[in-house]
Amino acid sequence: MSELGWWGVLIAVAGGAIRVSTPYLFVSLGETLTEKSGRVNLGLEGTLVMGAMSGYAVAYLTGSPWLGALVAGLAGALFGLLHAAVCNLPRVNDVAVGIALFLLGTGLAFYLGKPFIEPVAPRLPHLALGAWSGSPAVRAALEISPLFLVGLVLAPLLAWGLRHTRWGLVVRTVGDNADAARALGYSVERVRALATMAGGFLAGVGGSFLSLYYPGTWNEALSSGQGLMAIALVIFARWNPLACFWVSLLFGGATALGPALQSVGITTNYYLYNAAPYVLTLVLLVASSSTKHRLVGAPSELTISR
Amino acid sequence: METAAISAAALLAALVVFGGFAALRGLDPLEVYRVLYLGAFGTWFSVQETLTQAAPLMLTALCTALPARAGLLVIGGEGALVVGGVATVLAGVALAGAPAVLGVVLLCLAGAMAGGLWIAAAGALRHYRGVNETISTLLLNYVAIALMNHLVTGPIRDFAQVLKPASWSVGEQLRVGEIPGTSVHWGLALGVGACVLTWALMRCTTFGFSVDILGGNVRAAQMAGLPIGAMVLATCFLGGAAAGLAGAVEIVAVHGFASSSLAVGYGYAGILVAFLARQNPLAVVPVAIVLGGISASGGLLQRRFGLPDAATLVLQGLLFVAVLAGNTLYGRLRAFRKA
Repeated sequence: MSELGWWGVLIAVAGGAIRVSTPYLFVSLGETLTEKSGRVNLGLEGTLVMGAMSGYAVAYLTGSPWLGALVAGLAGALFGLLHAAVCNLPRVNDVAVGIALFLLGTGLAFYLGKPFIEPVAPRLPHLALGAWSGSPAVRAALEISPLFLVGLVLAPLLAWGLRHTRWGLVVRTVGDNADAARALGYSVERVRALATMAGGFLAGVGGSFLSLYYPGTWNEALSSGQGLMAIALVIFARWNPLACFWVSLLFGGATALGPALQSVGITTNYYLYNAAPYVLTLVLLVASSSTKHRLVGAPSELTISR
Repeated sequence: METAAISAAALLAALVVFGGFAALRGLDPLEVYRVLYLGAFGTWFSVQETLTQAAPLMLTALCTALPARAGLLVIGGEGALVVGGVATVLAGVALAGAPAVLGVVLLCLAGAMAGGLWIAAAGALRHYRGVNETISTLLLNYVAIALMNHLVTGPIRDFAQVLKPASWSVGEQLRVGEIPGTSVHWGLALGVGACVLTWALMRCTTFGFSVDILGGNVRAAQMAGLPIGAMVLATCFLGGAAAGLAGAVEIVAVHGFASSSLAVGYGYAGILVAFLARQNPLAVVPVAIVLGGISASGGLLQRRFGLPDAATLVLQGLLFVAVLAGNTLYGRLRAFRKA
């Protein structure tokens, strides 16, 4: 890759953006749906790790990575159910429950996942969209996971669904004015539980991408706050699923910066570049927040945007 | 009374579920409980280990508990601890020739200062820009750890340390030892002292009273003309300073140098301690000892039953969920209702 010089860095960052962005995309889409119903689930980082572990374990035990991805989603939905069940009790703070599930999810994943650190599970296949190119760098950048394509379809689908369908309207009503939804005869608790479970499902699938595609192994240092950054990303994307897609790509690129620079021989300050995505998240969060007015697109019932 | 009863019930519920997990592995839950107790409080040796574990938890718990009194949910104890530890090492190198007692005090102040400014920055972002403090402090944890990794693998790396990348060590005269007659380091005294001082600050001063007004009702605090920005910054700074002090203690009393051993989850366990103590600084002390006991018994659980070291994390997570679910019970139990 070195003969490409700085072009190599650019291609590696672009390829990395596509490769690394998928977990961000799934978690942020899930969180968007949950937050549109008026709840915050800060525990998606734990759900992501739990999804990574359970997906890897099932793929290893059954030999089918796709079954692993499905089970990862179901584990995520289970965590969403737990979050919703505790939050549906009166006077329980959803942000605090999210932190608790973040700790429980990572702890449980490490506890149950200990036996699966050594074995090698089958990985999800990839589509070689760069087969036409003679350059190995371009070919590597265009190896695309089917899960990325699923996310690519899911983002506009979710945007359309929230805007134009009946259930989308119900979710938005519950998130913007719970009393109005109750007056219409909808159970606020049940809608929020379903939205949190669906969000957890997506986050769990996003986790299985980490363990079954890229980096493609299970260990305790697999996720380093991707789930958390994805939640911050939702605020920057103004609760818009299509914006989530573009911002996920941006974050993927930021995460890929350190390894890309390393590949052209710039290895000094490697750990400093590792801080890039977190600093970027903070900067975007500062830029998109304001004390003067409410954020555009924010569901009114949301505790973190008050 | 009500608080103690509900917290105890939460602990019991978490233990029951944890026993279920143990039973899934074919272990006898009662035997697991017995070993858990043995590892935490069973012998003088384990009690000392428990107290050693509890010391940093008291300080990191204040990082959540103090801002919580002003209505903020800060979970940046892990980052503030790491930053405090790194600052302590830097101060230790700068003050290499300082006399023993004065030097240690200066080092601890450096750690507390760094941790305080770290969390105060999140408080400032909250107050002046409306940035959600929960998300920003959680992100700052990762930034702090990345910064520390950068420093200990490059600029301040001590290449004589071969096991893992680590920083230079602080001088021998700048280290503190154990409380006489025990194997517990002086961090425990600092932790208890900080909790008592914070309690007095909240209980006996106008500042503490104002903070409770702010935490109870922002509008009321505005109407009363309280300096809200200054109070947000002050509680965040003091909370962060406590966690930074925990980092300083890790350096001067435990490790002597900065490395990834600083970020072992004291900050996250501190959040749980703060919630279990219902953000009351005095209640933090006993709760931290119970949680320290859980951490201390992890090793014994691992050796006796072959349970993964994450078993204590699972128990902590279960406890956290149970405590929050228990919040719903306040004021609804007949036994505690006033006639």
